[in-house]
Amino acid sequence: MTFFLEVLIGGLLSGVLYALVALGFVLIFKASGVFNFAQGAMVFFAALTFVGFTEVLPGWTGLEPGSGGVFWLAFALALASMIVLGIATEKVVLRPLVNQPPITLFMATIGLTFFVEGLAQAIWGANARGLSLGISDEPVMWILDDFDIIISKFDLIAAGIALVLFVVLALLFQYTRVGRALRAVADDHQAALSVGIPLKHIWAIVWGVAGFVALIAGLIWGSRNGVQFALTFTALKALPVLILGGFTSVPGAIIGGLIIGASEKLAEIYIGPFVGGGIESWFPYVLAMFFLLVRPEGLFGEKHIDRV
Amino acid sequence: MLYREAGQFKASYQEDAQIFPIRQDRVGFIALLAFFFVVVPMIANQYWLQAILTPVLIFSLAALGLNILTGYAGQLSLGSAAFMAVGAFATYNFMLRIDGIPFLVAVVLGGLCAAGVGILFGLPSLRIKGFYLAVATLAAQFFIVWVLVKFPWFSNYSSSGVITAQEINILGFAFNTPETKYLLTLLVVTVLALAAKNMVRSTTGRKWMAVRDMDVAAEVIGIRLMRTKLQAFAVSSFYCGVAGALYAYTYLGTVEPEGFNLDLSFKILFMIIIGGVGSILGSFLGAAFIVLLPVFLNIFLHSFVGAALPPGFGSNLELMIFGGLIIFFLIVEPHGMARLWQIGKEKLRLWPFPH
Repeated sequence: MTFFLEVLIGGLLSGVLYALVALGFVLIFKASGVFNFAQGAMVFFAALTFVGFTEVLPGWTGLEPGSGGVFWLAFALALASMIVLGIATEKVVLRPLVNQPPITLFMATIGLTFFVEGLAQAIWGANARGLSLGISDEPVMWILDDFDIIISKFDLIAAGIALVLFVVLALLFQYTRVGRALRAVADDHQAALSVGIPLKHIWAIVWGVAGFVALIAGLIWGSRNGVQFALTFTALKALPVLILGGFTSVPGAIIGGLIIGASEKLAEIYIGPFVGGGIESWFPYVLAMFFLLVRPEGLFGEKHIDRV
Repeated sequence: MLYREAGQFKASYQEDAQIFPIRQDRVGFIALLAFFFVVVPMIANQYWLQAILTPVLIFSLAALGLNILTGYAGQLSLGSAAFMAVGAFATYNFMLRIDGIPFLVAVVLGGLCAAGVGILFGLPSLRIKGFYLAVATLAAQFFIVWVLVKFPWFSNYSSSGVITAQEINILGFAFNTPETKYLLTLLVVTVLALAAKNMVRSTTGRKWMAVRDMDVAAEVIGIRLMRTKLQAFAVSSFYCGVAGALYAYTYLGTVEPEGFNLDLSFKILFMIIIGGVGSILGSFLGAAFIVLLPVFLNIFLHSFVGAALPPGFGSNLELMIFGGLIIFFLIVEPHGMARLWQIGKEKLRLWPFPH
């Protein structure tokens, strides 16, 4: 039982991280209807840019390597690069493709994926690096003592950061002027335009926010597994999360992430040994596929009504 | 002046229904076939035959398969490489386990296995649409590769699932030089491409297109959705499967399951987008573009800026240019190269008098 709980909680915590990547997809899909495949590459780009800046900043500014100043300066610079990247994407790639079928936009974002991956490695080099946020990856002692369950402190803090991010975004969407405009655009582009919401600004903001989310996801994933090219594959795991939760729902991304994270770990432990292991690579997809057979629009997706 | 149908009257239904109704097209097509069957093997060197022309043909076939599914039947799929893997490994096993089976029979059986698997993974398409379906087909991509790696029976217990293609021997003639392999590939691709061309302009293809344009409306006018969609999945997977078998037998010689990864699926998707969605010709143009682009980029980078670059930078630059070109192409001509060809033909009809 303890072991089961341990696996379950570990899965849920890693699910939060999947949700973090999925959130970036959802934001953009909601606001502009673009299935942004490059989100994974953006996570990679963000993490690599951050690490790159922490490496070069001490030389430029004379700050102590590893100090808080370097951390925050690198964070700010990485955030600025992500926002520039996001806005440039919107301007250069998506605006000329307005009114094209969704598959064309999707293909353009795959092209963007190649470009961003190449760009990140061309600037900062292709070798894998470590990234430290100053949080140690050790079990939390009092939980271990009281309940006999091993939970990593790192996972817990990462989940906490993700939670704060979700809450902040939810508040932003719900209570600010920009948030209201975002929701209006997500609901209906033309109606939003007709009441005077500047669509182009909104899209730029959304891409900027998606860049910010990618940076947070990149930092957490990067300090977990190291900053390397494989980071882009981790982002693929966000896809089953998306279809499980529905492309257009922020709560869907979170709950989908939790379900995928928990079920893939449980499946690996309890079903894996019977079929030879390694089923983590495809289990989420198959789970999501069977789930879709029951609910074709995902958990919280908008119900699809066909009219002839 | 040279290219127009004026004066070419059709006196029978048969003439009206032929693939190339314009005489110039017919002549051009036969000349093209003659060029690739006779002239190319004589003038091309081994490198061109083996490393460029054969893969272009094989990828054209795979792109054709995906184009049938995505371009004609409207079902977005990201698992084409996995169906290629099924074709390759099934053909290998038929060759291995049945004594004296003719190569072409093994390839067809391999294609049929891929079609079966395709139907299985096509089932969700009855309920799921659009991007949801695309992500669901990723299940096929990851699951099939995992099965081929995990169960060593498929690769005859070789280490890490690598298979080595057997000798191709048809009626006592060994296909072991680049020229003969190229000709064999060309023959198979030509036959299948003609079959596809005929399929898409007959009832089958029209049903697919009706489903693509709006499946509810198609159902209302009496097209059975389940049959049509699964048929598209089956035919598409068959084409991909045969392409996979050729990929293993006439191009690479040794393949491993990991070679049929998501990147390959994306490559095939790129081919149809750049070539033209819903166009047979587009599959060929797109395949040629995607295969040739890295080759030319490589030559270009090495001959002009190669020496000045730090190591590793070149491959990243290649990646960037590749991605950038794809975006550029989508912005400039979203309907693909086949559309450019069509525009060219329209212009040619009026040439040299524009009115």
